Amino acid sequence: MTKVSITVDGVLHESEVEPRTLLVHYLREQIGKVGTVVGCDTSSCGACTILLDGRSAKSCSVLAVQADGSSVTTIEGLAGEEWHPVQAAFKECHGLQCGYCTPGMVMSAVDLLGENPNPTEAEIREGLEGNLCRCTGYHNIVKSVALAAQNMKGGK
Amino acid sequence: MTELADHVAAIGRPIKRKEDARLLTGKTQWTDNIQLPGALHMAILRSPMGHAKITKLDVSGALKYPGVEAAYSATELGDLNGSVPCVWPVTDDMVAPDFPALAKGEVRHMGDCVALVLAHTAAQAADALEGIVVEYATLPAVIDMEAAIADGSPLVHSDKGTNKCYTYHLQPQGDSAYAEAKAKADVVVKRRFINQRLIPAFMEPRAVVAAPMGTSGELTIWSATQVPHVLRVLLTLVTGVPENKLRVVAPDVGGGFGGKLQCYREEILCVALANKLGRPIKWTETRSEDMVATHHGRDQIQDIEIAATKDGKLLGLKVDLIANMGAYLQIITPGIPLLGMFMYPGIYKMDAYDFTCIGVFTNTTPTDAYRGAGRPESTYAIERIMDELANEIGMEPMELRKKNWIKHEEFPYTTVAGLTYDSGNYEAATEKALALFKYDELRKEQEKRRASGDKVQLGIGISTFTEMCGLAPSRTLGALKYVAGGWEHCTIRVLPTGKVELVTGTSPHGQGHETAWSQIASDTLGIPVDDIEVIHGDTRTSPYGMDTYGSRSLAVGGQAILRAGEKVVEKARLIAAHQLECSPADLEFDHGTFRVKGDPSKEKAIQAVAFEAFTAHDLPDGLEPTLQAESTVDPQDFSYPHGTHLCAMEVDTETGKSVMRSYVCVDDIGIQINPLIVEGQVHGGLAQGIAQALYEGAVYDSDGQLLTASFADYLVPGAPDLPSFTTDHTVTPSTTNPLGTKGVGEAGAIASTPAVINAIVDALRPFGVNDMPMPAHPMTVWRTLNAARQGGK
Repeated sequence: MTKVSITVDGVLHESEVEPRTLLVHYLREQIGKVGTVVGCDTSSCGACTILLDGRSAKSCSVLAVQADGSSVTTIEGLAGEEWHPVQAAFKECHGLQCGYCTPGMVMSAVDLLGENPNPTEAEIREGLEGNLCRCTGYHNIVKSVALAAQNMKGGK
Repeated sequence: MTELADHVAAIGRPIKRKEDARLLTGKTQWTDNIQLPGALHMAILRSPMGHAKITKLDVSGALKYPGVEAAYSATELGDLNGSVPCVWPVTDDMVAPDFPALAKGEVRHMGDCVALVLAHTAAQAADALEGIVVEYATLPAVIDMEAAIADGSPLVHSDKGTNKCYTYHLQPQGDSAYAEAKAKADVVVKRRFINQRLIPAFMEPRAVVAAPMGTSGELTIWSATQVPHVLRVLLTLVTGVPENKLRVVAPDVGGGFGGKLQCYREEILCVALANKLGRPIKWTETRSEDMVATHHGRDQIQDIEIAATKDGKLLGLKVDLIANMGAYLQIITPGIPLLGMFMYPGIYKMDAYDFTCIGVFTNTTPTDAYRGAGRPESTYAIERIMDELANEIGMEPMELRKKNWIKHEEFPYTTVAGLTYDSGNYEAATEKALALFKYDELRKEQEKRRASGDKVQLGIGISTFTEMCGLAPSRTLGALKYVAGGWEHCTIRVLPTGKVELVTGTSPHGQGHETAWSQIASDTLGIPVDDIEVIHGDTRTSPYGMDTYGSRSLAVGGQAILRAGEKVVEKARLIAAHQLECSPADLEFDHGTFRVKGDPSKEKAIQAVAFEAFTAHDLPDGLEPTLQAESTVDPQDFSYPHGTHLCAMEVDTETGKSVMRSYVCVDDIGIQINPLIVEGQVHGGLAQGIAQALYEGAVYDSDGQLLTASFADYLVPGAPDLPSFTTDHTVTPSTTNPLGTKGVGEAGAIASTPAVINAIVDALRPFGVNDMPMPAHPMTVWRTLNAARQGGK
């Protein structure tokens, strides 16, 4: 077992982990952050995407020990007093159906807009390439991200 | 926030979904989130072989691994090794092999369950699989359907003596009618289409938790299932745990698309073991397990022949299917092709229809329902062959369709397959779609590109589809030998404080029933949408239901909501009349308030009536307290949504790369409850149908190895692989249910596949291309084009 200190959604967690533990399993099973989910085992689907020190990462592709000393934001810690504009836009545009890809999709979109606050439709689609959705056909996800970009202008 | 503050009808409004708040903030209850004290995690050793004898199997080594409590093969499991049920014996002589949860001496497909381990953590259980000693002796595998029914084929089930599961005929006009129609025809076009195997690939992997809970020997099963009610009955029949001791809960479920319409091996094992050991058993599949052990869809060889006059009047249709069952039969495996059987004639009038389907066993994962379940296959075949016939007789493909489709004024119309289509307006949907698509302009551009020899050719694909929704009148299901009914249930309770509990037997997994069902009840009761709680997916709280699949939930379940709501209002009327001292007939009911006709100052809100019904201090003599009602509705008939889908593909004739330039669809699903949800359903369906045309296909090698057994190998499209869609609608109410709704869950997936392939074929028609295998990867397009260029037609 290895000791790790990871700040998750603003709270510092000191934990013992098996060195082989994936960050996503640490989040879900050790500290109960079950809002972040697992969708595949080939790092293809992006359902487990979180922000690792502010940048999006697939938490199935990071070992918990690699996140030692880092700060993780999950879907559960994204909203402050109000929802993040990306969350609000997903509801407004019906950018989710079953909602299983949604935590990862939202976190990827947050990172995408951090990098490119004014993306074209093609840039949104390319930016979300690592996140699979089986319900929406991406149409309303793309609309959601575009609306979030618009709403975030001048704000965040 | 009350969405209905302005007292506008809730039905028809694009109300934002109630479900979204928990889904967008990570507060969702997925089955895998459930962690119970003392739970044992199950890991399954699966066959890496397509077909083999198990010559040695010793699970004792697994017991030495840390955290392991037990390990089982079929031998140790004994009588607890239940068999997966099939509830649709389509013919009296159907061959139905045993499908034990753990294989007994022989594995028949990659992913077949061989043994299992129970340990304190999932990782420990997975580790301990290494301790199981298993040896196989390879048996010849059969993957190809035609090879499987040829003489001398290796047998999937040697004790059955055949790989043929069943042969099914439908000849509504008699056995010589098609031959007579064909004799009168000037043109007969015949094609073989391969409707390839697909993997449902819902995003939430399957998961099960089975636990002895409560005080009465009750066993609770949480499962990522579409069908908690059906599952409870089947688990009872398979495991022997009495139904009244079994509670099945479908918590938040992350997509299904038919893939979670099942009673799976792993569900049976979890229930049997939790019952035996008296402690919780949990299993969550990996995606790699999902790809081999969740049922697959489609996989049919379609020989289709259409007979017509030279000016394009259809005379008859003959369909010969070979349908892949896979290695075993699951819940409705053999019936899937028959759900398509009635729909091959599509929207067209003709004189004769002849259908035959042969179901075949192969050493592959079993097939079953996948979005559309039989109807995408039939729609693909008829819409493809219509284009081929148009080409053969030199007619514009939309003109051929117009000439033969059922006219608006001809509804209700009984088709050559024997179904009575309720309503439709193919003319209106088509006119709207053609305008949105700018059809004539694109045809002109196509001409130009053809004339100039542009290396990128433009193709236009049409799909004027219909489908059969609202499964189903129970008597019809009985006549088809399906062993369940097709009704749906709703209970509505107006609570003392005026809030509403709406209990539905449908079981949503992304469809937004909590929102849409509230809208229906809101209009019926005159109570705001936000005051209505929709309760679903738990056999303890919603004991009656037939669950969610086949675009049935609204068409059937919606009727039950409406009728239960009406019964509540009728009871409330009796109470209100008693207290307002008038006759019930003298009350009018508007937006939740009863008013005395001619004296509107005398009024009582339905919420106030609910409180009176609760206190029961002053009710009419003989009337029972509480304001609640229930309704179980068996639908009168199916409903038949339709639409016109148009696709423009640009095909690079040098590289074979196809790019979707535009996709327009105008769907008519009758009355829409929530247009926002409707559009979302259409988009998602389109994506899956387009994926069949362009991207997805489950591929086995000749030994039965699934070569596409992960998301790295099976191409579920990502955002860059799809365009934005142009969707619109017309509204032709259904006449078979009082809400006038039809169904939308599968429409996009049913309609889009032929539209895309028709467009690619259309682009390459000048080169002699007259078919395109799916998925139309660039290499496939390039090879097909090259073969045509080199003189093969």
